[in-house]
Amino acid sequence: MAHGWEMQHDDSVVVIGQDVGANGGVFRATAGLQARFGADRVQDTPLAEATIAGMSVGMATHGLKPVAEIQFMGFLYPALDQIVNHMTRMRNRTRGRLSCPVVIRTPHGGGIHAPEHHSESTETLLCHIPGVRVVCPSSPARAYGLLLAAIRDPDPVMFLEPVRLYRAMRQDVSDDGQALPLDRCFLLREGADVTIVTWGAMTLESLRAVVALEAQGITADLIDLATLSPIDSETILTSVAKTGRLVIVHEAARNVGVGAEIAAIVAEHGLYDLQAPIQRVAGFDTIMPLFRLEHDYIPSVQRIVDAVQFTLAA
Amino acid sequence: MTIVAEFQIDHRQILAPDGHLVAPLPPFAADVDAVVAMYEAMTRVRVFDAKAVNLQRTGQLGTYPSSLGHEATHVGVGAAMRPEDVLAPVYREYGTQLWRGVTMTEILTYWGGDERGSDFAGPRHDFPWCVPIATQTLHAAGAAMAFKIRREPRCALAYIGDGGTSEGAFYEALNLAGARSLPVVFVIVNNGWAISVPVAAQTASQTLAQKAVAAGIPGIQVDGNDVFAVRDVVSRALETARRGGGPCVIETLTYRLSDHTTADDASRYRSDAEVEQAWSLEPLLRVRAYLRRAGAWNDAREQSLLQACSRQVDVAVSDYLQLAKPSTDAMFEHLFAELPAHLHAQRTTARKYAAKPSGH
Repeated sequence: MAHGWEMQHDDSVVVIGQDVGANGGVFRATAGLQARFGADRVQDTPLAEATIAGMSVGMATHGLKPVAEIQFMGFLYPALDQIVNHMTRMRNRTRGRLSCPVVIRTPHGGGIHAPEHHSESTETLLCHIPGVRVVCPSSPARAYGLLLAAIRDPDPVMFLEPVRLYRAMRQDVSDDGQALPLDRCFLLREGADVTIVTWGAMTLESLRAVVALEAQGITADLIDLATLSPIDSETILTSVAKTGRLVIVHEAARNVGVGAEIAAIVAEHGLYDLQAPIQRVAGFDTIMPLFRLEHDYIPSVQRIVDAVQFTLAA
Repeated sequence: MTIVAEFQIDHRQILAPDGHLVAPLPPFAADVDAVVAMYEAMTRVRVFDAKAVNLQRTGQLGTYPSSLGHEATHVGVGAAMRPEDVLAPVYREYGTQLWRGVTMTEILTYWGGDERGSDFAGPRHDFPWCVPIATQTLHAAGAAMAFKIRREPRCALAYIGDGGTSEGAFYEALNLAGARSLPVVFVIVNNGWAISVPVAAQTASQTLAQKAVAAGIPGIQVDGNDVFAVRDVVSRALETARRGGGPCVIETLTYRLSDHTTADDASRYRSDAEVEQAWSLEPLLRVRAYLRRAGAWNDAREQSLLQACSRQVDVAVSDYLQLAKPSTDAMFEHLFAELPAHLHAQRTTARKYAAKPSGH
């Protein structure tokens, strides 16, 4: 819907990717767009991710706003050369003469019994790169508002769409063209005892953990990070100053995950507010298993509840 | 068994190494002033290039890739393009860039380690120098796609070297251009060497132009030291593309008379005899001979031109050497359209610890 709104109001917005045209995208994210806006503005590309990213650079530096789809995050890597070496650098390299208002959308994370390489959450690789924003919505409504913001932003945005949310959530979204702010966390729940920071599909488990904890008289600030880079430290630090306890939850592997950056920020700027060590509940530092084990990999509600309990017992 | 596909690659030459015509004069060359203009441009870039190498050798410029020997290809392409077209260079094609309005000072500023060199005052829409090999070919295809969608009568032109044609991005760009009939021309500058790797070790393909065949687009080879042929072939390709006739691959055969860059020593891997032989085919020689034979050039004009070029280069070098080191704010200023809040503190830190300005 966000695509449709923005394409109607800004004729420089074009959609490209594999199977985004008549097929409407393998997750139907672009369904109906080609019929509405034509085959010039909604294009199926040849099967080549570097092509999708590289042509986006060329289109964006010459007057268009490409919204490009990489079919799964596991297929992003051939595009990284173009993303890291050009998309994120063109404005800096040319002192603002050329720039890349590109959005690259890609399905993120696992949990839907998909084949190998279709369940990746390697957002850390992107967050480390200067010159690009990394956004991961946690609901259809926030996906709408954040995608509008991403398309309108004059600089590159990597838009990671949690696969579990395509199917798990039915939500009425108002097609009103209202964007949500980038670079800002969303407070999904307010509480006093602990701060939980998470994003993407892990907000589902985190919300269920919060409900389970409330039954035990424990309340939490549940923060949806939403923009993984740059991080809205202010919201997190304000919350930790109130609660004194921090649990970070992400599906991505623990080692050098975005949780590590959040933990470092809180250690640098909020150390004296902490009453317990920071806890990270994350994917194991293993390869994402094929789907028979995927629910053992993806952090469970119990792991989150136990982590919160640990901070309270410390 | 039936033959279902065949291919043929033509080779074009108009001006032989000694300056004689071996094919009819193309229309633009009938105007001797136009030929003189190209010869002057070729001379100018050679004088500039020699000075740039000298600056590096004297510690006043960073690593620099020389364009020595490529002048006909570069000026021929520049003269064939229209101002509104978009150039996607590699990093050696100063002849084309100077023709299009990039300044000598900008070129030196970039190789002198300062991003301001890429903020071209002249062709605002041209791509900057591209170090990751072959990636620029996809940018050119993307720009061409934008022109096609917007119905603008503009073309993109991407350069690539012989080594670059081994990269995946090159094949992808050709494929996209063909599959979507994009107004883009790919100019493969086959100068014989990818640093120390000769073309024979780069590919089994007999010509590089024929890589176009696999993408379903025309491929043609041209004597890259013949500025008449280069300009003629490139002009025709651009006009075909501009009319909606689709993309083209042009392989120009030339020779890298210099080292790959000032950080390279080509004598380690190629023979003096080979380089000497290449000098006998070099591009300025034949145009000069042609102009002399036509009564349009002489020693006095040559001296006058060389002096004018030297003066122009000296002014550009002086401007470059006087450019003050940018403030540390430059690292933050163009990262995004608007610097995100979390970087304000880092910008302040960088200012605090700014290194003392150093000379070039």
